[in-house]
Amino acid sequence: MEALVASAVAVLTACGVYLVLRRRTFPVILGLSLLSYAVNVFLFATGRLVQNMPPILSKYADATYTDPLPQALVLTAIVISFGMTALVVMIALGAFLSSDTDRINTTDTPESGDNA
Amino acid sequence: MSHLIILPIVLPAILAPFMLMVVRHHLDLQRIFSVAGTMAFLGIAIALTAQASTGDIHVYELGNWSAPFGIVLVLDRLSGLMVLLTAILALAVLLYSIGTDWDKRGHHFHPLFQFQLMGVAGAFLTGDAFNLFVFFEVLLIASYGLMIHGGGAKRLRAGLQYVVYNLLGSTLFLFALGTIYAVTGTLNMADLAERVAALPADDTALIRVGAILLLLVFSIKAAVLPLHFWLPGSYANAPGPVAALFAIMTKVGAYSILRMYTLVFGPDLALSSSLVGEWLLPAALLTLAVGMIGTLGTRDISRLAAFSAIGSMGTLLVAISMFTPLATGAAIYYIVHSTLATALIFLIADMVVERQGPAITPTVPMAQSGLISVLFFIAAIAMAGMPPLSGFLGKIMVLQAAANTPQQTLIWSVILVFSLVAMVGLARAGTMVFWKTPDGYEPPEPSDDADEPEDAVLSARVSRLPFVAAFGLVAMLVAMTIFAGPALTYAEATAEQLFDSEPYRDAVLRKDAQ
Repeated sequence: MEALVASAVAVLTACGVYLVLRRRTFPVILGLSLLSYAVNVFLFATGRLVQNMPPILSKYADATYTDPLPQALVLTAIVISFGMTALVVMIALGAFLSSDTDRINTTDTPESGDNA
Repeated sequence: MSHLIILPIVLPAILAPFMLMVVRHHLDLQRIFSVAGTMAFLGIAIALTAQASTGDIHVYELGNWSAPFGIVLVLDRLSGLMVLLTAILALAVLLYSIGTDWDKRGHHFHPLFQFQLMGVAGAFLTGDAFNLFVFFEVLLIASYGLMIHGGGAKRLRAGLQYVVYNLLGSTLFLFALGTIYAVTGTLNMADLAERVAALPADDTALIRVGAILLLLVFSIKAAVLPLHFWLPGSYANAPGPVAALFAIMTKVGAYSILRMYTLVFGPDLALSSSLVGEWLLPAALLTLAVGMIGTLGTRDISRLAAFSAIGSMGTLLVAISMFTPLATGAAIYYIVHSTLATALIFLIADMVVERQGPAITPTVPMAQSGLISVLFFIAAIAMAGMPPLSGFLGKIMVLQAAANTPQQTLIWSVILVFSLVAMVGLARAGTMVFWKTPDGYEPPEPSDDADEPEDAVLSARVSRLPFVAAFGLVAMLVAMTIFAGPALTYAEATAEQLFDSEPYRDAVLRKDAQ
């Protein structure tokens, strides 16, 4: 299971980084989403991977348990990245509609009249 | 347990939704509430700093959950000072944006402003690394709104870059926190400090990766050299007062570096002693150089302000990266100076842009050019670190702290040479904008009949409030110079408290034992 989770994080991160380095906003936003998925899975794994265990300490035996803290962290991270993705989509849309170009950089299109 | 510590977070957190929901269509009421709220915030900050200045460390346990299980807010000298600095800056910026009607040019300026204050205050006060991440997000999401306030195609596109860059930073922050949690099993800063110190010496690879990742994240916020690309574009295209408020945002990065790398990954620790300073110092020197060279090359006064802000961050980070009590004392003095001076120069840049556009070119004399040029002159002196203002004192302290260290020659030469470069750059911009007139320009004949109604119209249109705000910042800089003695005493006491982390850990973790 460790290998599976690790390679999932690796593939997601690699695709995310590749997409973020694109020049148009849509792939960049997709890349940011992929990166946030990667970090969520990564955070989940930081509490060690165990199967079929409750997130509660048992006082009767030293049985293993699932660390509940990373789950709380992931929940927070999911909420934040969801909100941020919605925001970046709106800003990207605003930028596209007001300047008729969806390029990420601000310098290469002097003809688009973006002196507003 | 005094509830005062949480007020700088709760007050804006209540005020912002209130303004958003109850008085959203009444700009005058919003202004009144916003100014009153910020003044109350200033009052709380003064009370907090007074509490912290005794040297005690005050801990506030949220929900009464004791550390390390619950989240704690910690008030010590450094966090008290930073909250106070935020409050002073916020009041000046708020008055400026009301006086120039910047808050009319888009929606929800005042609620976003309050959320920004909440995020910044929270980041300074929290004693939990994950909570620091959450407050970073609060201040960032408010800053996204403020950054594109007023709209316009260019600002939206610059804003998009800013958001994407910071989202990447946030992702990296989570990776760093995950790595650190995987090794130590805690995210409370005091608890982290104890667990990191107790790690076996031969098994530190992963925590070192975490420490460096975290340094990268804070360097993005602090605009350290290879990661500074977001700053000129976004600050230059942000509304003027917002850029001035953002002067505190780079300082949040600097504060986090100071906090994490004295408390958790301290200079005495074998695993991180040769790690942070060695990476940070060259980067800081390069940041200083690039920022100051940037002031020479810009053709746009907002970018001039942005590059001088980068240069100022460079000087600050040089002081931080030495990680000695003396240098940290200098850094704390300089952090206050740098925030005020950066805000001042952004406000002045905005005044110039509003009157004659962004280009640094000879122009016809603009309205109130006398006052603005005086302000620009003062701000340039402060930014370049010339006597008699506090920038000079701060720079001297940094130089003194670097004396008799192995890198003395390097640090001294870089700081001194690039002070000169900054002086040339700022002087060039000042003479172009304020002294030169275009070829063939004839000054109009002074005739009393024509001038008077024009002046009346002008004074009705241009409020005095922006100048009150700008001269308020100047007054703070002057006060920093006159009361340099007490200020330095406080800064040195703060540095001592940072490097003696035992009381901090005791206050947070062993509250009952005391």
